[in-house]
Amino acid sequence: MTLITLLPIYWLFVVSARTRVELFGRPTLLQTSFYIDNYLKPLSTPAFQRYLTNSLIVATSNALLVAVLAVLATYALSRWKLGGSDSIFFWLITNRMAPAAAFILPLYLLFTRAFRLGDATLYDTRIGLILLYCLFNLPFAIWLMKGMMDGIPIELDEAAFVDGASTWTVLTRIIVPLAGPGIAVTVILSWVFAWNEYLFAASLTSVQARTITTGLAEFVTVTGTNWGEMAAVSFISLLPALIFLAFVQRYIVMGLTFGAVKE
Amino acid sequence: MRSNRMGWGLLAPTLIILGIMGLLPFFYVLVVGFFDWNVVSATGKPIWTGANNFRRLVFDPNFLGAMSRTLLFTVTVVVSELVLGFVLAQALVKEFPGKSFFRTIHALPLMVAPIAVGATWRLMTVPGFGIAPYYLDRWFGIDYNIGRYAEHAFATTILMDVWHWTPFVTLTMLAGLSALPKEPMEQALVDGANRWQVLRHLTLPMMMPVIITTTFIRLMDALRVVDEVYLLTGGGPGDSTRFIGIHIWRVVMTWTDYGYGSAVSLLVYYFTLVLCWLLFIALTQIGRQQE
Repeated sequence: MTLITLLPIYWLFVVSARTRVELFGRPTLLQTSFYIDNYLKPLSTPAFQRYLTNSLIVATSNALLVAVLAVLATYALSRWKLGGSDSIFFWLITNRMAPAAAFILPLYLLFTRAFRLGDATLYDTRIGLILLYCLFNLPFAIWLMKGMMDGIPIELDEAAFVDGASTWTVLTRIIVPLAGPGIAVTVILSWVFAWNEYLFAASLTSVQARTITTGLAEFVTVTGTNWGEMAAVSFISLLPALIFLAFVQRYIVMGLTFGAVKE
Repeated sequence: MRSNRMGWGLLAPTLIILGIMGLLPFFYVLVVGFFDWNVVSATGKPIWTGANNFRRLVFDPNFLGAMSRTLLFTVTVVVSELVLGFVLAQALVKEFPGKSFFRTIHALPLMVAPIAVGATWRLMTVPGFGIAPYYLDRWFGIDYNIGRYAEHAFATTILMDVWHWTPFVTLTMLAGLSALPKEPMEQALVDGANRWQVLRHLTLPMMMPVIITTTFIRLMDALRVVDEVYLLTGGGPGDSTRFIGIHIWRVVMTWTDYGYGSAVSLLVYYFTLVLCWLLFIALTQIGRQQE
C-alpha cells in the first residue's frame, strides 16, 4: 500500500529528471541521471518567478491573517455565551464545504464590478486572493482551534482580570503563549491549503496575481506539452507539503474532520 | 467586565470577511439567477427573465448529465474509499515497527495540491511515455488511452480520487479504532464470538460516529471535485468526465452565461447546504457523546 501511495509521486520525480529523448524511450522506473534544466528553465522565467512570489506572499499573508482572526474568534466563542453561536458554527462549515465552483461566478462579478475604488478592483490582485482564501481557511482554523481554546482553563483569564489585566493583555500574555503549538499547526495547514488552491486563483486572476498552481495548469492548456518542465513545476509545488508533513502529520486528520476525530 | 459587546467585537472581523466573501456572493447569484445575462450576447446587459434559468436547468441534458456523472463518481469513490480505508485501518491498528513512518507517508497525498495530483496522474497515464499505458499494453494487451476512451478516462478519475483520499479515510478510521476500549472485544472473544461477530456487533456500532463524519466529509469533497480532474482530462474526452464543478466553470468562464450559471451555482450550493446540515448534526452529536 505504501508503495502504491508513493509510486505516482516517485514517477513525477522521475519524469522531472528526464530529457525529452529519455521520456519517449522505453518507460522504466529507474533513473540514474538528473536533467536539471527542467527545473532551471522555469525558475529563470520571469513569469514563473512572479507566480512563485505571488504564491508565497498570498499563502503567507493569508495564513497569518487567518491565525490572528481565528484566535480572536475562538476566544470569543469559547469565553462568551453568545446567542446563535450554533448557527455561526453551522454557517462556518457551509463556507468550508461549499463547492468552490458555485462561488466562482458571483465572486468574479463582485471582484470585477462591485468591489471597486475608482479604477481599482480586487480582480487580479494579491490582496483579493488573500481575503478570499479566508473563505475556506478561516472556518477550518476556527474549528481546529476551538477545542484547543476550550482546553485552556478559564480560571487563568479570571485570575488575570482580577489583577486588573485588560482583555488584550490576557490574549497576548496568556492565551497566545498557551495556544502556541495549536496556532503553529493552524498557520502551517492554512498555508498549505492557500498554496494548493487553484480554482479561485485561475478565475480571479489573469496576469499580475497568478499563483503557481495556475502556472502549473498552463503547462497543459497554454504551452502545450513540455512534460519534463511540467513535472518539475509540480514537484516544486509539492515541496512545501513534503517539508511540513512531518510537523503537522498528527493534526491533519483532526483538521480535516472539524476536530470530530482526534488522535 | 465580560460584556457581550466585547465578545461580538472579537468575532466581528471574522464575520465581516466571511460575510463579504461567503454570504454576499450567495445573495448576488440569487438575484442574477433571475436575469438573462450573457456578456457576449447582442445587448450584454442583464434582462429580467423570471424563473426561466431555473426552468432551463431542469431540462438541460448537459446539466443533468454532469449531475448524474458526478453522483456516480461520488458514490463509487466514497464507497471504495470507505471499504478500503476501513480494511487498511483494521490491519494497521496493531503496533508494529515503523508505524509512525507509515502514517506520515499515508498523510502525504492529503497535503499535495489537487492540481499537482492531476498533473502527476496525467504524467502516469499520458499515451507515449506514461507507465500506465505502456505496462497495460505489454502485460494485458489493453489499448489504454484516456484521451480517446470515455470509460478509461472515467475509471482513471475514480482511481486517482481513491489514491488521493483513501489515506484520509484510513487515518480517521485508525484514530477512531485506537480510541475504542479494548475490553468489550476481548470479553466477546473469550465468550466465544468469532471475529466477524465482534466486528459487526461491537466494532462497527462503536465506530459509527467516526464513519458517519468521514462519509459526509468525503461526500462533499467528492461532489465538488474540479482541479485534479480538470488537469487530468479537462473534462473529456467528449463530456465523459465533465463533473458538475467543471460544468459550472464551462458555463461561467467559457460561455459567459451568467444568468444560467447563477442558477446552476445556486442549486449546487443548496445541495451542499443540506449535506452540511446533516454533517453538522453528526458533529454536534459526537461532541455531546464525548462530554
